[in-house]
Amino acid sequence: MSQQTYRLAVGGHIDRTRPLSFDFNGKRYGGYVGDTLASALLANGVHLVGRSYKYHRPRGVLSAGSEEPNALVQHGTGGATDPNFRATQVELYDELVAASQNCWPSVSFDLGAVNSLFSRVLPAGFYYKTFMWPKAFWKYYEYVIRRAAGLGRAPDAPDPAYYDNMHVHCEVLVVGGGVTGLAAALSAARADARVILADEQCEFGGGLLGAGEQIDGMSTDEWVAQAVAELASMKQVTLLPRSTVIGYFDHNFLTIAERIQDHLGPMGTPDKARQRLWKVRAKQVVLATGAHERPMVFKNNDRPGIMLASAAQTYVNRFAVKPGNNVVFFTNNDSAYGAALTLAEAGIKVAAVLDVRAQPTGRLATKVRDRGIEILGRHAIAAAMGKKRVSAVEVMMLNESADRLIGTARKIACDLVCMSAGWSPAVHLFSQSRGKLKYDANRSCFVPGDSVQAERSAGAANGTFSLAACIVEGHEAGLAAATDAGYNKNASVPKAPVRQEIEEAPVDPLWLVPAKAGEHTNKHFVDFQNDVTAADVVLAAREGYRSVEHLKRYTTMGMGTDQGKTSNVNALAIFGQVLGSDIPDVGTTTFRPPYTPVTFGVLVGRDVGELADPVRRTPMHQWHESKGAKFEDVGQWRRPWYYPLPGESMQDAVNRECLATRKAIGILDASTLGKIDIRGPHAAEFLDRIYTNGWKKLAIGRCRYGVMCGEDGMVFDDGVTARLGENHYWMTTTTGNAARVLAWLEEWLQTEWPELKVYCNSMTEHWATASVAGPLARKLVAKLTSDIDFDPDNFPFMSCREGAVAGIPARVFRISFTGELSFEINVRSSCGRALWNTLMTVGEQYGITPFGTEAMHVLRAEKGFIIAGQETDGTVTPIDLGLEPMVSKRKDFIGKRSLSRPDTQREDRKQLVGLLPVDAREVLPEGSQIVEKVDDKPPVPMIGHVTSSYYSAYLERSIALALIKRGRSRHGETVQVPLEDKVVPAKISAPQFYDPEGVRING
Amino acid sequence: MLLIKCPWCGDRDEHEFSYGGEAHIVRPRDPEKLTDDQWADYLFMRKNPKGAHLERWVHAHGCRRWFNVERDTVTHAITAVYKMNEKPPRSSKT
Repeated sequence: MSQQTYRLAVGGHIDRTRPLSFDFNGKRYGGYVGDTLASALLANGVHLVGRSYKYHRPRGVLSAGSEEPNALVQHGTGGATDPNFRATQVELYDELVAASQNCWPSVSFDLGAVNSLFSRVLPAGFYYKTFMWPKAFWKYYEYVIRRAAGLGRAPDAPDPAYYDNMHVHCEVLVVGGGVTGLAAALSAARADARVILADEQCEFGGGLLGAGEQIDGMSTDEWVAQAVAELASMKQVTLLPRSTVIGYFDHNFLTIAERIQDHLGPMGTPDKARQRLWKVRAKQVVLATGAHERPMVFKNNDRPGIMLASAAQTYVNRFAVKPGNNVVFFTNNDSAYGAALTLAEAGIKVAAVLDVRAQPTGRLATKVRDRGIEILGRHAIAAAMGKKRVSAVEVMMLNESADRLIGTARKIACDLVCMSAGWSPAVHLFSQSRGKLKYDANRSCFVPGDSVQAERSAGAANGTFSLAACIVEGHEAGLAAATDAGYNKNASVPKAPVRQEIEEAPVDPLWLVPAKAGEHTNKHFVDFQNDVTAADVVLAAREGYRSVEHLKRYTTMGMGTDQGKTSNVNALAIFGQVLGSDIPDVGTTTFRPPYTPVTFGVLVGRDVGELADPVRRTPMHQWHESKGAKFEDVGQWRRPWYYPLPGESMQDAVNRECLATRKAIGILDASTLGKIDIRGPHAAEFLDRIYTNGWKKLAIGRCRYGVMCGEDGMVFDDGVTARLGENHYWMTTTTGNAARVLAWLEEWLQTEWPELKVYCNSMTEHWATASVAGPLARKLVAKLTSDIDFDPDNFPFMSCREGAVAGIPARVFRISFTGELSFEINVRSSCGRALWNTLMTVGEQYGITPFGTEAMHVLRAEKGFIIAGQETDGTVTPIDLGLEPMVSKRKDFIGKRSLSRPDTQREDRKQLVGLLPVDAREVLPEGSQIVEKVDDKPPVPMIGHVTSSYYSAYLERSIALALIKRGRSRHGETVQVPLEDKVVPAKISAPQFYDPEGVRING
Repeated sequence: MLLIKCPWCGDRDEHEFSYGGEAHIVRPRDPEKLTDDQWADYLFMRKNPKGAHLERWVHAHGCRRWFNVERDTVTHAITAVYKMNEKPPRSSKT
């Protein structure tokens, strides 16, 4: 195992009594509890952690937080592997396994790096320009490009972990647990408001964890510990470490992704969720999300060993890691001087501090100078040297306007470069809340403008960078939030903490270090993750792009998994420079959730596997299963599709089921049909308005088939409705449409006709339905019933009776969807299985045969009965279906007026017809397009399509239903159905193939 | 994710509701007497304002009741909730 040679002997938040070992790219390393993968790698002197996306350049750790663009790793193995994890956020656990991405065969020797040699021919928009032609080749290009491009691998096995979702309410949600957030949470909680404090790191403290400062005479560590202890003692406070607020949505709805046990690795507790998504509705939100330090844009600024100054400081202070032995600083502001002091105190040699400003006069700068460290005013790094690790920097002077490098270059050897180009407040969530940003020229950063939602930004997120001011702002924000949420108007903000205020000199923006004379900026990286250079941004401007949103899409700047947290402001400032526009006029791209990448698992929560979508089963389901039925999903219902006997194919089984029903008796589980109980004195009037046909004359005990339309005149659903009593009706609907029909009825009753006294209730689950169909059906039901007269004259077609079937109270409907004599027997659900068992036992002597939905489809298609949603698609009127006799001329109904619109009157409308392939063995695929004749060249006008198509065993031929333009006047004509490998001629017919006179319904 | 105050159930998450389009479109008493244009206007034409919009919602996964909402289409702020038989708030220009 490699030694942690860069580990400091003392200090940091790591636990030296708990050593860990881990595996990176197949090599063993050591670390401690409290490390991140990044800090542990740095402790082992490993800076090269990955390759870049496009040029495969060696890349190292840039940051110490969630903004990391470079150090993305494949974490874990097997089904538990995760791509694109930021090494800076992965907490180390024992036996952690991780690997570099974007490299093959290894991170150290990567073949893809050949791209880097061609970087001059791979500028922005390269893919758009090059792979456009020939168009048909894109699929080949794409294959190669996708393989060459990369990031991580998706797991190829099921995820062994599970995830949770959780809904909560609070008065004040504080986002960010740094000094500002802690102060805000304290003030809000002291006012008794329910507070949630969420922070993405494993411990609270935020930026303080890396800074070695003092508050109120305490060390920052002590101050944080005290604040956290007080918050933890208050029951109205929920502390959420390892929890990233990923989205800010309307009406103060925010989502938090909590990593409950990622830090435990595969050894986590298996009975606990791995991650949990908190869905929070907060009365008030305090955004204390801090700020991101910006990198400097100079040549080869992406070499491993070049990192943000604050990150280096964090590695020293928090993780007791020396990120190098010999450092050069490059800054345009004072914050880097604090880092320089920290590194110097940790024994790291500070070779020089380069400052863009001519005369760095801040107090920290003075302290640095007092230590004897060389400060070079108005100097910049012209280029970094070294490949897999920075080895030296070339330093030159800037001219007064900082747009040219002047003088002679000086080389300074180093193994670490710390850069700071100023700070960008993390305004992502503010922006997601639809707040507009404003540019603060004094501080060279975008800060939140006016709030749109019940939200306030505080601290560094608000552009307030000094520690004392952050504490004050945090307290004020927390108290104001609690007050606005209606809590404790008398509480006061504690007085400002005593802290030695450090005078800071203003930042002097330098967005781009100019290239040396004769060179380009095509190695000056702006967006590390997507390999976008300053030259790319300049190119985009030169090619005419003016909107920053276009810049983003053309260069892919900010489109990586880091969404440009470290790059966006630099990119748009450079863009502005080229265009001669001010930064506020260039504007920012849109910030979208999630703030950092999240697993699909945490979004989905428990809604996977069996819980993804509820399955509805009928009371007879187990019987079907025991008979080996194959099932079909119809909506959420599982319906028997067909019942194959041993050795039977699907077609064999369907043929047998159809013939048995036509010749003897079949039985169908029809429990899934939608059933709606409709009552009230105005029920008949209501049905009259809903259905196209008339209902007022329907006698008690009689049934009627009805079609309902939308107000646009298009068929919406159909079914049989029975009149059970004076003011009592029983409506049936298509299986998949039951809920929609009920909602439709309710909508009209509540919104348009509240004066109608009608009450609708869903009965679908309350009743089980067995439909017995076939010439012997009457014999069977009569045998099982004593109190219903089955004499055809006394129980005619389209009527219903109540009585006891097999001793079970039942509603029996004599209706038919197969064309045969049939009875639909409805009993309470709890008795469904008993009824079914009796029907099967007693029916045996008649050869009763269960049939599934496939046989049902064949039988009804033989009769030309439509299925709403199969023959109709929202563009079909009842007239198109040939149902004109069912469309009342005398009364109004929903959709009637639309049937006389010019479009519904068109003569070339598609109409329902039968279609008989000339070859009787040819079963057309449903959805096939129909043409007049096949031409050699397009266009070949489509005249219709096949809606249903089956092999009919009874007719010993294939049959189909189709919608064809002017179809009703074309019976007998032949049309063509072009398929993938042949063209099938078919003859148009009437849409009834079996018993067109309808005599079979009498048995 | 809107927070909608159902007049019967109180504040509930948007998930529980379904949207029902523009409110106060009255079905014509005698559709057959309308011209095609008038019928098309009822059937198809809807307001698409930038700002206050009166619209219908139904508490589909709750009490299943319909009601009206005044919502700002820019900010999504809900400024009024009222029952089907009630008049829109006076603030509304509609």
